[in-house]
Amino acid sequence: MTFAHDYAVAAPEIFLAIASMVLLMIGVYRGNGATRLLSWLAVLCFAITLAMVLQADPVSNVSFAGMYVADSFTAFTKALVLIASAAGLIMSLGYIKEEGMNRFEYPVLFVLATLGMLMMISANDLIALYMGIELQSLALYVIAAFKRDSLRSTEAGLKYFVLGALSSGMLLYGCSLIYGFTGATGFDAIAKFMEGREQASIGLIVGIVFMCAGLAFKVSAVPFHMWTPDVYEGAPTPVTAFFAIAPKVAALALFMRALIVPFLAVSADWQQIIIVISVASMLLGAFAAIWQDNIKRLMAYSSIGHVGFALIGLAAGSAEGVRGVLIYLAIYVAMNIGTFACILCMRRKTGMVENISDLSGLSKTNPLMALALAIFMFSMAGIPPLGGFFGKFYVFIAAVNAELYALAVIGVLASVVGAFYYLRIIKVMYFDDAAEPFEGPMSLEMRAIIGLCGVFVVFFAFYTAPFVASAQIAAAALIP
Amino acid sequence: MSDWPLLSLATFLPLVGAGFIFLFAQGGDAAADRNAKLVALMTTVLTFLVSLVIWANFDNGTADFQFVESHAWLGGDINYHMGVDGISMLFVVLTAFLMPICILASWTSITMRVREYMIAFLLLECMMIGVFCALDFVLFYLFFEGGLIPMFLIIGVWGGARRVYSSFKFFLYTLLGSVLLLLALIFMYFEAGTTDIPTLMAHGFTAEAQTWLWLAFFASFAVKMPMWPVHTWLPDAHVEAPTAGSVILAGVLLKMGGYGFLRFSLPMLPLASDLFVPLIFTLSVVAVIYTSLVALMQEDMKKLIAYSSVAHMGFVTIGIFTFNTQGIEGGIFQMLSHGIVSAALFLCVGVIYDRIHSRDIARYGGLVNRMPIYAFAFMVFMLASVGLPGTAGFVGEILILVGVYQVNTWVAALAALGVILGAAYMLWLYRRTVFGQLEKDDLKQITDMDAREIAVFAPLIVLAILMGIFPGPFLDVMHVSVDHLIQQYQTAIQAAADGATQLAANHSAAQ
Repeated sequence: MTFAHDYAVAAPEIFLAIASMVLLMIGVYRGNGATRLLSWLAVLCFAITLAMVLQADPVSNVSFAGMYVADSFTAFTKALVLIASAAGLIMSLGYIKEEGMNRFEYPVLFVLATLGMLMMISANDLIALYMGIELQSLALYVIAAFKRDSLRSTEAGLKYFVLGALSSGMLLYGCSLIYGFTGATGFDAIAKFMEGREQASIGLIVGIVFMCAGLAFKVSAVPFHMWTPDVYEGAPTPVTAFFAIAPKVAALALFMRALIVPFLAVSADWQQIIIVISVASMLLGAFAAIWQDNIKRLMAYSSIGHVGFALIGLAAGSAEGVRGVLIYLAIYVAMNIGTFACILCMRRKTGMVENISDLSGLSKTNPLMALALAIFMFSMAGIPPLGGFFGKFYVFIAAVNAELYALAVIGVLASVVGAFYYLRIIKVMYFDDAAEPFEGPMSLEMRAIIGLCGVFVVFFAFYTAPFVASAQIAAAALIP
Repeated sequence: MSDWPLLSLATFLPLVGAGFIFLFAQGGDAAADRNAKLVALMTTVLTFLVSLVIWANFDNGTADFQFVESHAWLGGDINYHMGVDGISMLFVVLTAFLMPICILASWTSITMRVREYMIAFLLLECMMIGVFCALDFVLFYLFFEGGLIPMFLIIGVWGGARRVYSSFKFFLYTLLGSVLLLLALIFMYFEAGTTDIPTLMAHGFTAEAQTWLWLAFFASFAVKMPMWPVHTWLPDAHVEAPTAGSVILAGVLLKMGGYGFLRFSLPMLPLASDLFVPLIFTLSVVAVIYTSLVALMQEDMKKLIAYSSVAHMGFVTIGIFTFNTQGIEGGIFQMLSHGIVSAALFLCVGVIYDRIHSRDIARYGGLVNRMPIYAFAFMVFMLASVGLPGTAGFVGEILILVGVYQVNTWVAALAALGVILGAAYMLWLYRRTVFGQLEKDDLKQITDMDAREIAVFAPLIVLAILMGIFPGPFLDVMHVSVDHLIQQYQTAIQAAADGATQLAANHSAAQ
């Protein structure tokens, strides 16, 4: 492995790292007035990185002595993360201007967080994994507290930081145990060590459990979900949108790689853990959301539920399962971007509003936005022929094929319970009397984002096949 | 003509109409509303014409699927596969026939959000026709579930006072049943490697798998049907839905359950179907007698007709699970005639509801004095619902009773009791509303049906009588397909019995 090869494999991340520094410099010299310019530049950087990721050689490329990997799996998930980050940043533009958050650090922190996520996805080693997570998390802690005059925002940032540090500690403890019992930190090396072993030793299992706990925190799976509703509610809305989308994708991708690549041989040992947190997440996501009045909190519980569904695919521990998770994530990203774009348009003269009751009668005051939000809600509930159905369909396929019948049955029942609260939003918009209309008109970029996501979700049935095929290729990179 | 994708055309034509309304009928004024109504009417009439072309080109002599279209879709042997046989074809025609009537019936009664209303109905039509045409299980499920979205909105937005409760109940009840169907579908996909319905029919699942799959199917179809005791969503949905919504619910959506049994449970899971006959018969008999008694005590006209629907669907399930020609053909015929008759009965309620804004039976009386044409139309459908010879209702009921008599005389006797009760509640309803003294003041001013309403009812009256005195063309369509279905079923049962004897023989030989 030559020096040049190492850097070629990591080229997208290296580009993004340099870009973040350049953006920071521009910001430092031009001040807060350049925020809008910086944001668009950052979006441009995401686009270039995306092109680099997609251009890269699809064959599995390992570099830096096995610490870093780029293959079709990383390409797929990185593409999702980059799209989600770009959309999150574009959605923030209007908000940060209105709410006095117009500081140049904002786009720079977005770029840094995204860089961390890309590194998480490409990590093929416990140390690289930790490095990616920390880069991502530190940037996210700051963004969560970015509205520093707001008590809620600072509280959210602090809460996220304290609990995030705790989870990082658990993760590190797990990593050190794994290292202690296998003698390696590289995923490939651990996999080689595990070869031929039918069962992991007790110490190793403890290590895996701790690592799972740390990662479950990052994807906000039950029982490590407690921070999610508070942080989602407290953080500025575009930041919440970003939290709900990009880091989830990155963390789930990491979760899959960190369990499947090194520990596929002992999958029975960790499958039970994943099954338990998957069931708990689905049920909690479904039931706890019913009583929420605040739409951001509701979305927090909804995302917990969605993670539960995605984890079904991981619990299956097969290529089909990974494929299911990837399809699920792609649709999840589109639905959430669209939904949060709608939430960001909930603005009255008095400022942003975020209660579900504020949406009442939206179908009369703003029919197109109501239609879009209704589409996203039906899709999240998993009603065909919308995209959300196919996400669930493919993870359930994996579950049934892995003979996890009980998990599949609980999953579909939870989706029925979950449908209730999604329907409630539609009910508020369509069946209730009109409240005071939101301040209009919606900005062009918001309309474009909502429109694109809506079209993607509605017409998913028409291009499912190529989509599934690419997810399949990506999954094959993880489980040959 | 035959190489045209007629089924896709019939399925997606309404979607084109909906898109047209969405894009062009904007503005929200009276002109836009009128345009939306006209486009919807034209689209549905055109779809009906397409469905008639399908019937005209349909070959009664074969049990194979016709007008088949197949395109690659999701990959992995999940394809876009459409086709109809003698069992499904008439349902397509029924759906396409009822839709223009629904649009016409809503012409003046819907004044709020007309454009969205028409779009919702066109979407619903697309989903309903798709259900009956789909020959791929995933595709079927897509249409089967997708129909919930427009119906939920129709009940919730344009419904009565308790519309929110009813729409949620409708949606969640049906969804709960359907998700288990989804799991069954996925399981079959792995067992058979495909979701192609004709292939699955020939697959032959093991007896144990059949039992579980059958229960999952049952959860879905029984709710949709609806069978006692999971019927409680239906009266609520019917009462709160706007008239046209009730028409579609009773006319088409309820038929999806029966169609599901015929298309999936019987041919794919013959052993389990055989096993669960006592369960079906018990639930159906309870439905027939109990819901008839409940109907007798209703004070709300729509609720009464809703309960009568449950009772009639009980007949259908009895017929389907007799596994003989008369029973199954009677079941299908009963579904078709019920689709016409109960739809028309809801329209009858709609006519006076539009005038008086009450569904309370006690609120009416003596209508015949002011509304002779209405009284006649109502009488025809009331008698058809009762099953008077010479009307559509009679043919289905008598065939089912003949069919079930060969299988189980007790069930036949109890079902016949249901026929008597049916006559009781319908005649009583008619007596209380149409006959008697014209006492209420506002009823003294009530006007008879106008030209539009007569245009809505005329084709229904003609059909209700035509199907009664001349059922041949309808029965001919399904005859070969039903025979094929029964043959398949008997072969499977026979094979299982042979297998068992073989096993026993081996066992004794080993000893």
